[in-house]
Amino acid sequence: MTRLLPLHLSGATVRRRGKRLLGPVDLTLDAGRLTVLLGPNGSGKTTLLRVMHGVERLSEGRITWSGPDDIVERDQAFVFQTPIMLRRSVLANLAYPLKLAGVGRATRNALARDWAQRIGLGDALDTPAPRLSGGERQKLALARALIRKPQVLFLDEPCASLDGAAMRDIEDLLRQASSDGITILMATHDMGQARRLADDVIFMVSGAVHERGNAQTTLATPETKALRAFLNGDILP
Amino acid sequence: MNDITQGLAEAARLVVTRDPDLVNISLLSLRVTLTALVIASAIAIPLGTMLAIQRFRFRRTVIAVLNALMGLPPVVVGLVVYVMLSRAGPLGVLGLLFTPAAMIIAQVIIITPLIASVTHQAMRDLWAEYHDLLISMNTTKAQRIATLMWDGRRTLLTATLAGFGRAIGEVGAIMIVGGNIDNATRVLTTAIALETGKGNFALALGLGFVLIGLAIVVNLAIHALSRTEREGRW
Repeated sequence: MTRLLPLHLSGATVRRRGKRLLGPVDLTLDAGRLTVLLGPNGSGKTTLLRVMHGVERLSEGRITWSGPDDIVERDQAFVFQTPIMLRRSVLANLAYPLKLAGVGRATRNALARDWAQRIGLGDALDTPAPRLSGGERQKLALARALIRKPQVLFLDEPCASLDGAAMRDIEDLLRQASSDGITILMATHDMGQARRLADDVIFMVSGAVHERGNAQTTLATPETKALRAFLNGDILP
Repeated sequence: MNDITQGLAEAARLVVTRDPDLVNISLLSLRVTLTALVIASAIAIPLGTMLAIQRFRFRRTVIAVLNALMGLPPVVVGLVVYVMLSRAGPLGVLGLLFTPAAMIIAQVIIITPLIASVTHQAMRDLWAEYHDLLISMNTTKAQRIATLMWDGRRTLLTATLAGFGRAIGEVGAIMIVGGNIDNATRVLTTAIALETGKGNFALALGLGFVLIGLAIVVNLAIHALSRTEREGRW
């Protein structure tokens, strides 16, 4: 399999209407790690994820994947903070990425059924996806992202506004995906979740990477005053 | 009031006795309108969807023109089609004037902007909802259009029915290009106009009620076939 990673960002900057939203960011994302993006609102977490995934254009700088463009476009997936559901059934939502990839109907339906079972929606195959609860929708969005076995998965606060049970299910899926070798980069506000899941953390402030490192070390002994304040729950300027 | 009562009675008589003229006129009305609807939908639905997702220069102008064309006066359309299809016109050699084909052409011109405009507005909202997902899934333009059209099919049905409503009730353009020839190009609306002109108000009203009934039956049939309201809202 052609590897996409490592991913290099050099001087990555995003400006919109004269305002700098991100950067300059210099960063390398290595394969096989579950990295959590931390930072206050407006720190550029979402923009960084969108830039890496290619749904947001850079104003300056470069992003360099290790694989060829067609693999880069095919082998990554994104889960949004508010899950976007196609106005179709649960089964059709799960089968959609496979249909785009040209997978035959029988295979894609079998895979979709299998994934629906895994996320606890096996009895709701024909239910219109927009009618699901928030937690079910987010699980469905995550399963839909994972069904094509991407090499890299980006998640933008996937557990925001979810209750404990739904969050646990999502975290279980992420642990499983990570152990299957999928590289994960996830933004979150939830420090508990970061501690539970992260191999590495990246802390962002004002559109820039402020501190990064191994999760256990960085969260236990932060080097910068800003991260210490953030971990203490202080309001950052 | 008396005229309306007589009209209802006449409508009932025409339907119950399966009046041959009424059957012919109604079938021609349906044939012309449904053919025009299929052609106009095949043009307008992809066009409206493409306008919702494609960014290009003068896009707003194109949308504004399309919206303005919704109010296209049928008589003017009829006149232009007449001039084009008349013996001295550029398409006169086709010999289509005063045939159902000419009526279909006029109706397609009248209802295409209406269907395209309603489609554009519906697809624009759906595209706003789906944009990030479809971009992130690296879909091609054709896949995006197909996805929006499939998932927005119920709204598109409404756009199509709006086109049907406008076409089945149209009289000005098809009177000009069809000529209201008995057993050839006479449809319900032109027959109503003719009978009104002759002072046969009861028959005109009767035909009018049949026209309304026909429109309702077609709408109900399309709703039933497309399972609208049965699978619920998405």
